[in-house]
Amino acid sequence: MNLTMYTKIDRQLLWVNRIIVGFLVIITLVPLVYVVVASFMDPATLINQGISFNPKDWTTQGYSRVFADDAILRGFLNSLFYSFSFSFLTVFITMITAYPLSKPDLVGRRVIMIFFIITMFVGGGLIPTYLLIKNLGMLDTVWSLIVPGAINVWNIILARTYFMSLPKELSEAATIDGANDLQILFKIMLPLAKPIMFVLFLYAFVGQWNAYFDAMIYIKNPNLEPLQLVLRNILIQNQPSQDMVGSNTAMAEMKQIAELIKYATIVISSLPLIVMYPFFQKYFDKGVLVGSVKG
Amino acid sequence: MEKVIKEQFSGRKRAIPNPDRKKEKWQKFRKKVAKDKWLYLLMVPGILLTIVFRYFPMYGAIIAFKDYNPMLGIWESPWVGLAHFRTFISSPNFSVLLTNTLKISVYGLILGFFPPILLALSLNQILNKKIKQKIQLILYAPNFISVVIIVGMLFLFLSANGPINGLVEKFTGQSIMFMSNPDYFRTIYILSGIWQGMGWASILYTATLAGISSDLYEAANIDGANILQKIWFIDLPALRPVMVINFILSAGNIMNVGYEKAYLMQTSMNIPTSEIISTYVYKIGLQSGDYAYSAAVGLFNMIINVVLLLLVNGITKKINDGEGL
Repeated sequence: MNLTMYTKIDRQLLWVNRIIVGFLVIITLVPLVYVVVASFMDPATLINQGISFNPKDWTTQGYSRVFADDAILRGFLNSLFYSFSFSFLTVFITMITAYPLSKPDLVGRRVIMIFFIITMFVGGGLIPTYLLIKNLGMLDTVWSLIVPGAINVWNIILARTYFMSLPKELSEAATIDGANDLQILFKIMLPLAKPIMFVLFLYAFVGQWNAYFDAMIYIKNPNLEPLQLVLRNILIQNQPSQDMVGSNTAMAEMKQIAELIKYATIVISSLPLIVMYPFFQKYFDKGVLVGSVKG
Repeated sequence: MEKVIKEQFSGRKRAIPNPDRKKEKWQKFRKKVAKDKWLYLLMVPGILLTIVFRYFPMYGAIIAFKDYNPMLGIWESPWVGLAHFRTFISSPNFSVLLTNTLKISVYGLILGFFPPILLALSLNQILNKKIKQKIQLILYAPNFISVVIIVGMLFLFLSANGPINGLVEKFTGQSIMFMSNPDYFRTIYILSGIWQGMGWASILYTATLAGISSDLYEAANIDGANILQKIWFIDLPALRPVMVINFILSAGNIMNVGYEKAYLMQTSMNIPTSEIISTYVYKIGLQSGDYAYSAAVGLFNMIINVVLLLLVNGITKKINDGEGL
């Protein structure tokens, strides 16, 4: 690209641009770095003077206290279970629904597409959905978090577009060889659709990992609470458990410890996504599709 | 010559009417469906899930027009017509809720719409690919943080002894109660939203800019255009379709304020500005158990939303040479 022909104004503009972008990067990083450093601070120092980069003020107290109570660990494991099972289910349903819809000569394809697309614009709303879950006896069960969201029209559209981009000759050749549609889908098409399945899986996983609202309305049993609900108790409702704070500590000290615990829980609960984040980079532009159509 | 052939052709069509055509068509249809039986079978789970979890709640929404009694069920409960809607519209809450909802989303739309575009234009000027990728990796990260953590961070940073008040105290000598002051709610909500979403929202624009042919820039170089001129005459026209679609979609979502975040950010003190229609629906319906009334409020919200979407789409089509959604 011949973009190197810069005028004098251009060079000045580029400097302004670098400063702006640098500023944005700093604005984005500072809160994140602050949280991580704060989670290693000595509680008294943290509340009196904020974070410091002096290793003398650092402790791992925050983390040992978080793990003194099993609420976080339980929530963590529950969320892993919900996120994995939800993602597997939603990818599976998406693929088997999208494949037939990618066949141009399927009778009734248009009607079925419209049937799905309508649900993107109109819905029953919060209360009727809640009543349905309740009447189905799904309240306070893992199913309430895994099953209702498993059907996602945008995902179907994405997967369908992907299938349509695959060469037709593949399935035609397989048909001549005597394979039926099930064999074609599972033996030929799905292996080819691995990239889109991976993208759908990643975004379904993150979505489920970060969600709290459905769990807040459907789940009452503390043993089934996903991580985000546990986090909400600690971060928003200021209710870290007695095991974490310690039962015989003075009021002032309790407040300091509670603050520290909050920072440590934020870091712990973000770990899986931090681990997954590099995998996302390759799929950012495909995520655009998922993200943009949702926005 | 052509005319003759045409006449012959149409004449033949008329000459031999086919009484078995309907039957034949039906048989063809059945044969086709039978051939694709596995394909139809594959769609059954998805269709069933959609009927149960998407369409059934739409039917359930008729409780908005009923005096819903759980013992009687949805259908048997007595009709009350528009009574719930009237109660809502004439209640003192109505104007407050509607104003709060509209203000937060209109301000959010106005303030949040341009930063991603500017960011994409900025990033587009960075030619070093490796540096650009690293910057993107950082700027996209906040998008993956959950609402609970974002709001938790807000409470931590903005608390009386949090870092922000540490700075505020240095300059003014006193701390500000950000989270319990209704005046600050919208600002905090919108700014934190931009912090979290700006990078991610810019991807689509960045991808569009990356697709611009380098010929255009070369031609501009020959004409001696500077960067601003290239942005004005090449980049912005290329981004226009994406901007239009994004604008319609966000304008059509004006009543769907992110209630998950608003609900978490609510404190008993900031309710005058933080209570919006969707959090109200949740509270009245699921916390107080007034199902029918809150279903009506929710339905009201959705209807306004669909109308707005159609309206904005129509207006955009008019001013954008027939291009809408």
